[in-house]
Amino acid sequence: MSEELSSQPAASAWSRVWPLLLLTVLWQLVAMQAHSRVLPTPLAVFEVLANEVMSGELLFHLGKTMARVAISFCLAMLLGVGLGILMGRSRRWDRVLDSLLILGLNIPALVTTILCYIWFGLSESAAILAVVLNKIPMVAINLREGARAVDSQLMEVAQVYRLGRLARFFKVYLPQLYPYLFSSARNGLALIWKIVLVVELLGRSDGVGFQIGSFFHFFDISSILAYTLAFSAMIFLLEALLLRPMENRLNRWRL
Amino acid sequence: MNMLSVTISAKRYPNGRCAIENLSFSARPGEFVAIVGPSGAGKTTLLKIISGLDTDFDGHLELAGQARVGFMFQEPRLMPWLTVAQNLALVDPSAQGSRLAEALERVGLRDCAGLFPRQLSGGMQRRVALLRAFLVEPQLLLMDEPFQSLDGPTAEQLRAQLLTLWQATKPTVLFVTHNLQEALSLADRVLFLSPGPSRIALDFAVDADRPRGLNGHAVQCLSQQLLADYPDLLKGRIAAPA
Repeated sequence: MSEELSSQPAASAWSRVWPLLLLTVLWQLVAMQAHSRVLPTPLAVFEVLANEVMSGELLFHLGKTMARVAISFCLAMLLGVGLGILMGRSRRWDRVLDSLLILGLNIPALVTTILCYIWFGLSESAAILAVVLNKIPMVAINLREGARAVDSQLMEVAQVYRLGRLARFFKVYLPQLYPYLFSSARNGLALIWKIVLVVELLGRSDGVGFQIGSFFHFFDISSILAYTLAFSAMIFLLEALLLRPMENRLNRWRL
Repeated sequence: MNMLSVTISAKRYPNGRCAIENLSFSARPGEFVAIVGPSGAGKTTLLKIISGLDTDFDGHLELAGQARVGFMFQEPRLMPWLTVAQNLALVDPSAQGSRLAEALERVGLRDCAGLFPRQLSGGMQRRVALLRAFLVEPQLLLMDEPFQSLDGPTAEQLRAQLLTLWQATKPTVLFVTHNLQEALSLADRVLFLSPGPSRIALDFAVDADRPRGLNGHAVQCLSQQLLADYPDLLKGRIAAPA
């Protein structure tokens, strides 16, 4: 994959785009055949999307959702990484926290969300807390593997040459965790999108999740699909503009 | 005055086996000491204790002042995600610009500053590791069979570079090896270890001018003489000379 990326960026971009185009064409064909209210054609959906964008409605709700995603993503990564490193380094903490981690991994997002709303009220912080709680265990489990695999020989080099704490952490320790960090960031982002929408549906009065809830009441399928499209576009942008370039940069030395 | 004086009354491995027992020696400033012993004699453990990486032993360790220590391991142990320049700057932040270029020039790596370790040959990686050890201007330099897995000519080249760097700044060197010729060609003094639990079996002063090639006359004579006097020397056993 790396070879493809560096030698033929255009070709690789195309190979990412055509499956989506194919899907859209299929959708159009099926929708034209079915001719039903529950499956609008892509063209109809694009029209709704354009209207929603023009009115500013979609951008407002998308912005709200993005902000929630960003905040909870950062919090969950920070706390999850800390917890994972702690558990990977210390057997005692690992034993103490392991069962809690398994519990956290398996409690349905819906349950955490409802409990957070009941206990802390229908507030923004309760919403964020619900998302973060759902996400932390996954990050921690991933990073624990990474912390266990840290090369003690390289840490000895850092010790012998008396590197400062910061250099030791950022130049010797953390780079060994990058692959684990990236896999949890990617999976994490995917999970957080999904949970944020549920959380919004249940207890917020703005955001994409809230909007989709209202469209559901009015059986407005075109709008649901329009929001989904806008949403997917955001994910592709994030992946292409942030995650992949960052990963390529940090993995330069592997080439 | 000694640069280093080591007294280890006992060092046990976690499994209870005794690795080192009643071992003591000292080294003067600028002295090049080779340590030769059979495998399993605890040579690596000894260096780890002296470097402070392993503090779980009975005995004591005296280092003159706050001695700076350099350590060259069996493997190069460069950070694979840092370039050559970044690897060197990691241990010595002042290794930038012309100072860095000069240092790289000294070991013949002028054009390698921007390369990652993976892009270098084994010999080149070791030259970077050697340079890294000298960049901290160590007063004590520990070397754990650093040229072991290299082919003959590459190892010879690195030994020559080591001697040049050593003669320029004269740190005390402890050079662990299992190769008698290598020890005799480099060191002022060779310590032979007994099999574990190890102690010093023989303390031998090398009295010959440098440079002495690995296969040169001086080294061959010395090693033949030693092996004639002590046939089991490399197994760490010293019978009283006949």
